[in-house]
Amino acid sequence: MRLALPIRKRRVNRSFSGTFWMFVLLAAVAAFMALPLVYAINAAFKPLDEIFLFPPTLFVRHPTTSNFIDLMTLLGQSWVPFSRYIFNTFFITGMGVVGHVLLASAAAYPLAKHKFPGSKIIFTVVVLSLMFTPQVTAIPNYMVMSWIGLIDTYWAVIVPAFAFSLGLYLMKQFMEQIPDALLESAKIDGANEYRIFWQIVMPNVKPAWLTLVILLFQMLWGTDGNGFIYSEQLKTLHYASNQIIFGGIARAGVGSAVALILMSVPIALFVFSQSRIIETMTTSGMKD
Amino acid sequence: MSTIGTPSQPSVTVAAGKPAVETTSWWAIKWKEIKARKHSYILMSPYMLLFAVFTVLPVIMSVIISFTYFNMLEFPRFIGWQNYSRLFLEDDVFLVAIKNTILFAVITGPLSYMACFVFAWIINDLRPKLRAFMTLIFYAPSISGNVYFLWQMIFSGDRYGIANGFLIKMGVLLDPIQWLKTEQYIMPIIILVQLWLSLGTGFLAFIAGLQTVDKTLYEAGAVDGIKNRWQELWYITLPSMKPQLMFGAVIQITSSLAIADVSIYLAGFPSVNYAAETIVTHLIDFGTIRFEMGYASAIATVLFTLMVGTNLVVQRLLRRVGE
Repeated sequence: MRLALPIRKRRVNRSFSGTFWMFVLLAAVAAFMALPLVYAINAAFKPLDEIFLFPPTLFVRHPTTSNFIDLMTLLGQSWVPFSRYIFNTFFITGMGVVGHVLLASAAAYPLAKHKFPGSKIIFTVVVLSLMFTPQVTAIPNYMVMSWIGLIDTYWAVIVPAFAFSLGLYLMKQFMEQIPDALLESAKIDGANEYRIFWQIVMPNVKPAWLTLVILLFQMLWGTDGNGFIYSEQLKTLHYASNQIIFGGIARAGVGSAVALILMSVPIALFVFSQSRIIETMTTSGMKD
Repeated sequence: MSTIGTPSQPSVTVAAGKPAVETTSWWAIKWKEIKARKHSYILMSPYMLLFAVFTVLPVIMSVIISFTYFNMLEFPRFIGWQNYSRLFLEDDVFLVAIKNTILFAVITGPLSYMACFVFAWIINDLRPKLRAFMTLIFYAPSISGNVYFLWQMIFSGDRYGIANGFLIKMGVLLDPIQWLKTEQYIMPIIILVQLWLSLGTGFLAFIAGLQTVDKTLYEAGAVDGIKNRWQELWYITLPSMKPQLMFGAVIQITSSLAIADVSIYLAGFPSVNYAAETIVTHLIDFGTIRFEMGYASAIATVLFTLMVGTNLVVQRLLRRVGE
């Protein structure tokens, strides 16, 4: 047990067999978690004869990039140019992420650092709203959107994302740890609230930004605009990919390629920002 | 709470002819605080406006609509508790949905909550590089998006499906099984996939929470007679990260009561003999297919009550951790 050594050094009260079985458990579950992802990676590189091989194999034997090439050919023939789906997804994701980070930070700063009438009630409502899923409000949401005239526009997906409550919650918890002395000294130097927010608070919460970016990106990247967007020209990459994936046997390999491309983007983003995200989560706790 | 940024309070000006008592009434004080804090309100207003329009208002509307008959074409007609009585007394499928949802929640909720904690706890002892790698392995499923497709291939009904192919090769099965079209297999498969997906935000919060636990507490604990890691866990680690445990519970309860996507993508919609019907799929059925908005809103209201209620009970239990 190479892993066990440093732990045994650091803390005295550990038994070797306990450590051993815990790592066996960790390894077994990690294998289960990774299995579908490993399968997805391999499936994307399988030639057609291997996809329908019996018995099915986990690992690819003769890797090929033909699935990706077929995907390109297929995309060249679609009615709406594929670049349009890419643009739609990037537009929705980009606008949603930027808008949410700005609005949620602006709202989190007073909630974290100022005491004013209504602040407690507002925060309680935000915490309460963590406790339900979008499905609870799906119907009235549709009605509100159609009153405002957002149905069948990008904004039907983007605008509600601005007010995503988990983001505000995490940002507020993170901002609370900014030292008051820092803000006070800026105040004495004559900065107004907006300047303090923009020049002192915002640069100090960079890890929290990244976390909000990841959470929102993940949410919007996976959206298919279902129920709100009807025009083919406005549909997202996720929607287009579903059409390819569920398009039949001839496209089985292409489907795997699409799935791999779609899932690797949020995972890559997480890999690059992991430590910052964990830093934000240290403040995520809910006190009584 | 800090008090920084409070602009110097102007002394109370008493308008001529008015008694000074009036300006110190509760409302007057509040009003003054509100005026002094106007920048806070301005900063919050864009977010709060959208939050009110897209979250608070829909919840209130949903509760109101649940007492009406509403088909999106005619103006809603007030019918009192009829939707609710129909829901609980006449709708057999809803009872199946409630049973399934509670079964999902009771199994996946606590299991994934404990899994989040246990794996975060084990991973926390690893060296940094390995810790980052393991965190990625456990967190990746919840952010990888199109994953239902993978599980469909694994549980595909023909012999090319991974599960079937493997079992036939091993000699366990002779013929492929229609995993997702056979009532008895649907629930266990959905629970499995849901567990796979569920190490998300709560898991990250636990990993982070464990890193903030004060290391000197462990040394002090060892001096005070803590014998093994289980005592250490119960008396030191868990109480130190109570806030994260609360946060994790909210996230986990909410997601385990709202299972729908996994069910719809894997078992179909509707599933075979409603074997995978949940409260949310029932809500989607009435809301987007049958357009019985009053009835669907009643389902939404029941779900919302269930979520808030469960959260309150669990948070009360969590307060006793480490006592």
